[in-house]
Amino acid sequence: MKQATEREQLTRTDELPIVLTEEARKFTEEVIRRSGERVDWCYQCGKCTAGCPVAFAMDIEPSRIMRLVQLGQGERVLKSKAIWLCVGCQTCTTRCPQEIDPAKVMDTLREMALEKEFAADKEVVTFFRSFLDNIQRYGRVFEPTLVLQYNLRSGHLLQDADKGPLMLFKGKLPLRPSRNGAIVRKIFDALGGRRQ
Amino acid sequence: MARIGVFICHCGENIARTVDVAKVRDALAKHPGVVHAVDYRYMCSAPGQELIRNAIVEKKLTGVVVAACSPHMHEPTFRKACAAVGLNPYLCEMANIREHCSWVHSDREKATEKAIELVRFLVEKVKRNRPLEPIRVPVTKRALVVGGGIAGIQAALDIANGGYEVILVERQPSIGGHMAQLSETFPTLDCSQCILTPKMVEVRQHPNIKLLTYSEVEDVKGYVGNFEVTIRKKARYVNEEVCTGCGACIQRCPQKRIPSEFDRGLGRRTAIYIPFPQAVPNIPVIDREHCAYFRRGGCRLCEKECPRGAIDFNQQDQLLTEKVGAIVLATGYDLIPSDIYSEYGGGRYRDVIDGLQFERLLSASGPTNGEVLRPSDGKEVKSVVFISCVGSRDRAKGIPYCSKICCMYVAKHAILFKHKVHDGQAFVFYMDVRAAGKGYEEFVRRAVEEEGVVYLRGRVSKIYQQDGKLIVRGVDTLSGMPVEIPADLVVLATAIRASDGIVELAQKLGVPVDEHGFLSEAHPKLRPVETQVAGVFLAGACQAPKDIPDTVAQASGAASKVLSMFAQDAIEREPTIAKVNEQTCVGCFECQRACPYRAIERKEIRDRQGNLIKVVAYVNPGLCAGCGACTVACRNHSVDLEGFAEEQMFAELSAITAA
Amino acid sequence: MTAYAYFPGCSAHGTAKEYDRSTQSVCAKLGIELEEIPDWVCCGASPAHAVNHLLSLALVAKNLDLSPSDTIVTGCAACYNRFKTAIHALQHDRPLWEQVKQIVQPTKLNGRDFRVFHLLEVIHEFGLEGVKERVTKPLKGLKVACYYGCLLVRPPKVMAFDDPDNPKKMDELIAAVGAEPVEWEFKTECCGAFHAVPHPEIVLRLTSNILRAAKDAGADVVSVACPMCQINLDLRQLDIQKRHKVTFNMPVLYFTQLLGLALGISEGELGFDRLIIDPRPILREKGLV
Repeated sequence: MKQATEREQLTRTDELPIVLTEEARKFTEEVIRRSGERVDWCYQCGKCTAGCPVAFAMDIEPSRIMRLVQLGQGERVLKSKAIWLCVGCQTCTTRCPQEIDPAKVMDTLREMALEKEFAADKEVVTFFRSFLDNIQRYGRVFEPTLVLQYNLRSGHLLQDADKGPLMLFKGKLPLRPSRNGAIVRKIFDALGGRRQ
Repeated sequence: MARIGVFICHCGENIARTVDVAKVRDALAKHPGVVHAVDYRYMCSAPGQELIRNAIVEKKLTGVVVAACSPHMHEPTFRKACAAVGLNPYLCEMANIREHCSWVHSDREKATEKAIELVRFLVEKVKRNRPLEPIRVPVTKRALVVGGGIAGIQAALDIANGGYEVILVERQPSIGGHMAQLSETFPTLDCSQCILTPKMVEVRQHPNIKLLTYSEVEDVKGYVGNFEVTIRKKARYVNEEVCTGCGACIQRCPQKRIPSEFDRGLGRRTAIYIPFPQAVPNIPVIDREHCAYFRRGGCRLCEKECPRGAIDFNQQDQLLTEKVGAIVLATGYDLIPSDIYSEYGGGRYRDVIDGLQFERLLSASGPTNGEVLRPSDGKEVKSVVFISCVGSRDRAKGIPYCSKICCMYVAKHAILFKHKVHDGQAFVFYMDVRAAGKGYEEFVRRAVEEEGVVYLRGRVSKIYQQDGKLIVRGVDTLSGMPVEIPADLVVLATAIRASDGIVELAQKLGVPVDEHGFLSEAHPKLRPVETQVAGVFLAGACQAPKDIPDTVAQASGAASKVLSMFAQDAIEREPTIAKVNEQTCVGCFECQRACPYRAIERKEIRDRQGNLIKVVAYVNPGLCAGCGACTVACRNHSVDLEGFAEEQMFAELSAITAA
Repeated sequence: MTAYAYFPGCSAHGTAKEYDRSTQSVCAKLGIELEEIPDWVCCGASPAHAVNHLLSLALVAKNLDLSPSDTIVTGCAACYNRFKTAIHALQHDRPLWEQVKQIVQPTKLNGRDFRVFHLLEVIHEFGLEGVKERVTKPLKGLKVACYYGCLLVRPPKVMAFDDPDNPKKMDELIAAVGAEPVEWEFKTECCGAFHAVPHPEIVLRLTSNILRAAKDAGADVVSVACPMCQINLDLRQLDIQKRHKVTFNMPVLYFTQLLGLALGISEGELGFDRLIIDPRPILREKGLV
């Protein structure tokens, strides 16, 4: 037993080498099953990385994410910033010669990361949470409170503070939120119930 | 009354370990019709065969069942043994008690029981076997080679040198194929033209070769040894008998801006033209579509200029019929259009070209006289990016296969570029370098180590124009980094596919085509140059992407198949083919629709006065492969398969159900 | 002509009011009837599908359930993409469909065959000739870089909108009203989308590249068909200026604003004043306002 935990410990660090355990294959299979995408087909041509508009900002480029999924490196992948930086532009999906949808795989990886409460990119996670809270409350996005909430939660208090008055002046900010929050909350409730 | 002999083989321990052969022997000895049953350690050995031969003579056997291994192994052996003592070989059958029994079971008792049943069924069948005679088909010792690239040239020369007549059909105005377009060849960098043109000339001058260029195979009838081919000889509008190839007409033609097919659009040609200076035959053709006379009347300058009066605007296409005994298909390949990826510009950028276009840029006789200049503005290229696997290995584009030759020609291109532009830079995007050939790996290493070509492992995602450069956005997966290269020229190694029109030709011949449009060989390992259709052989890239050495080897292989066929006066074929009962056939021709070999013909039955009574189906023994599809399609059981007649099959099945 | 169910998308009531209004006026001019989906809710945009596949499907399904018509049009490329993707997924996965139905509890979904269009498609389908006939003020001399962004065209298997790298529909409409669409290479490059909030530096880099390419191609203005693209390309020019000292001064208009201008709709109704980079100077220079 003790040995197994040590093994586990090893696979959980970011240190080299990658240790390939039976666990590793399970992670690969889970990603394939949940995303419905044949990540195992990836032959590392790198076209996704080559065309990715945000690859420059990623800690692990898309093609390497695919490779690490193939090698079952769950922690490395789920703790990466890259999965949060993927903007979902689907350039990779459009051009993948192996008909894999890496953008969809990224969606799955984000879901799995949240389940394990990994949020390597605080900004994006905070923004997503604020966004979803916002539509739960109002039914539609209400920009003034969305930005406010994001700024408060992320600690970037003054981000875009200069734009508020200008936007207001240009009539670009709505004054009243929508009142369809209940419709969206019902859906969240149904999903929440299902989850637990 | 049937007198069947049963011979049970131990196959050493292979059968005897699991099957109680003595028990099988004793059981069969009691079976009705069996007059002789023995077992022996190795029935296929000389004494084993001797046992069979002696028994046939001594016991006056009318049929033989050998219970041993698969008939694939030894049916010919035992049938020959029977024939040696005068028993028709088709009265000998094998019961497979090894692969079908001893090898796949462990329970000795049950295996023995099964072995007994297996032999019994065969005894019941053999009782109903009829003596059959092999079909002998006469051979026309003359071959047709379709396609005049290096594959067709090699095959034609080999057959012709073997002493037989060859008709070589090429749809372009000249033979030479894609090899004629190449500048140099890997891995030795021989000049392609220099090694090819002597062969082209040899074809032209060979007394045994009838060369038909600017011609296409229109139809094929008949069967192995006896094909009848219709060839359309397209009108050249130049009398081949009279023309000396002086070229005066070409000089005079006012239409000088027509994109040259041979230069893949990078050069220009006239309306009356020869595709390239070394063309064989050196006789021009008039391109009707662009000729001023054919478009609007008038002009006829070429006619006025020709000192021999060879121009003939009234020439018509000719249909020629030729009888041949064998056909070699050497129809070659095309590159897929280079607009396959819209992210590479989708054909919008003039400085994004394909590999064959780059060959023309490198070629001393090409549109730039061998200087590497940009097609868009004629500026010298200082930096060039080569991209492998454009379309190939791309499941999303329906081309999952590797085009095989690109890795090598890309390395060659990069090396040749560096030879021409010493201060230039060459980059290669690749996924894997596949250099499995004699001297190939060394050649690729030379590109990297000696010529300083930069290899980047990864695909390119986008090409776009900016500030007069092509920006190539790719990746180097080895460093894990996206890469951007501003280039003057981009060369795409586009995927190879079989030539246009090959599927139609294959249909005319009944030759199967694989899922990607290449012609299928009869067996991927053991019959690589034959097709499923007897007498039709394959050479070169029509079967799969192939480089020149492999193509030439396969062409010689196909030629040797043709020659060994021609070494016989007649071909023997298995007589286990379909046969029509003309009494009961109602002429519905369902069988004809079912037949994949086009072996069913219409036969008129007439009375003595010559009045037509009815039309029935007739099986052409040269074409029938004995697949049995017609016997299933026939509504009133008027077609039967010799050697596998319904009666025989039913007897076999009844024996099973009875057991 | 039957009415389209109109899904304005959240921005239409906020940052992209001028898109909504110009859409309504252009459609009115062309006789394209729009009927806003009553009580529509957010499609979930990127955050929903990025973290919960079912949620993103359910939000779209809810809107479909609310839709008065099976034929839906939206002006937002992101909403368009979410709708089409969800419908594609639901059509191809029955068990998933059942799961989503349980969550949404729809009342009017059964047996309906939904088709979703982007406004560009609807007007393009209406006909270039028809648009041309109604032009009262051809946008002569105005060079326009048509920017489509990601979500209209990708993935092409699902969106089936146009060539994913060199789409033409907006260019053709812009040409139909007399302006001159420029040939350029960044029509479908990503603007950085939602990263405007969590990682504005990414958006600055991507939008700079796009704006530079438009400028290099000689464009006077950029035309867009998505509120997210618009605000990223327009508003972020202020930051590019401030942080990187690069001034593009490139007006970014909704294609409906350009169409509206040519169709004789008043400036006030088209809301040029609401754009951050004011397009009126260049329009004035060209004699168009």
